Amino acid sequence: MAVNLKKLTQNEDLLAGGHRACAGCTGSNILRQIMLTAGPDTVVGGATGCMEVVTTIFPYTAWKTSFIHSAFENSAATVSGVEAAFRSLKKHGDLPVEREKMNFIAFGGDGGTYDIGLQSLSGAMERGHNMLYVCYDNEAYMNTGIQRSSATPLGAHTSTAPAGSVKQGKEQHRKDLTKIMVAHNIPYVAQTTPFHWKDLATKVEKALSCDGPAFLNILMPCTVGWHFDTAIGIELSKEAVECNFWPLFEVENGIYKINQKPKDPSPVADWMQKQGRFKHLFKPGNEHILEASQKWVDEEWQKLLKLEASGAE
Amino acid sequence: MINTKDLHEGGIIRDPGNATTYKTGDWRTFVPQFIEENCIQCMFCWIYCPDTAIELDTSGDKPKVTGIIMDHCKGCGICAHECPPAKKGKSALVMVREEK
Repeated sequence: MAVNLKKLTQNEDLLAGGHRACAGCTGSNILRQIMLTAGPDTVVGGATGCMEVVTTIFPYTAWKTSFIHSAFENSAATVSGVEAAFRSLKKHGDLPVEREKMNFIAFGGDGGTYDIGLQSLSGAMERGHNMLYVCYDNEAYMNTGIQRSSATPLGAHTSTAPAGSVKQGKEQHRKDLTKIMVAHNIPYVAQTTPFHWKDLATKVEKALSCDGPAFLNILMPCTVGWHFDTAIGIELSKEAVECNFWPLFEVENGIYKINQKPKDPSPVADWMQKQGRFKHLFKPGNEHILEASQKWVDEEWQKLLKLEASGAE
Repeated sequence: MINTKDLHEGGIIRDPGNATTYKTGDWRTFVPQFIEENCIQCMFCWIYCPDTAIELDTSGDKPKVTGIIMDHCKGCGICAHECPPAKKGKSALVMVREEK
């Protein structure tokens, strides 16, 4: 079904205003957009992280659906348990309210997904629960004070991999979690951003309608951790796609499809220049880090094109 | 603000979405001003708002932006930045410094 904004406005906003996310947070926007598509028959579980903290400061909750708070490492395990309980109750006719289908969504930040929650996520995906796991990837542990995570890109300044006179930010490239999830051979894996609302809504729809586990990795520009003006968060997520840093693609039953191929990709440095976390890379002597970033992005893009071509054969 | 005496047994929140009663509007430095005659009703501000602060009228045939929910708007400026008429210099949302 084609998605359009007019149709989306008919749906209820399930993330209420008044939550305590920073001004200009694209993460709460991601949650809003997902919930607009998912609808009220949804159980949400959140790993410890920005979005869990800001939406559920007791005695308030911004969620109009049920919400389960779990620890940092086990949101996937928690939600998979709820899903199994739902199936069991349904089988035995013990559901208090008759429901044909419920959506089960687990949220985690990149810290709770790439690093700490990876084992429980891997387990839940392998067991084949009918659930969606959403990683909002802001590329560091923003909630606890911008520490590096395995999603932090090369050269980014974080509080535990700072740029100074000796080191120039993180020294490793980011981990490709999306491909790790593809390797689980689950029905649906995709990458998207909040700027591409149509793409995001379509992917959430696909992920929730497939039979089995699904995984979405969503880039979330963070005004505090990336150091940019609060107004340009959504624009930065668009530019991350235009420079091939964050390609929009989906993998349905192992077949890759790239949803947007920039005709003339902009240099990654243009995107980096707008963010304070890469400021030091534009000083003399650090050109090699910018070159390494560009080379890495180009190589990853070529690999992705090959993966798509191999599926089309 | 919810008083601790009003809490339910077990700390259960019986009113989902009660964060709406918490006012985050006083965080603002800049405030968006809605200029209705410039609005093309594209809904971009609504879909990109992180704080569910764009007021819509969905009763008619087409949804309409009617204003900003000032209790929740934190003044981030995403709406004004993403407003398409802004590219032609006729933005429907303009950020101005808020006078207290």
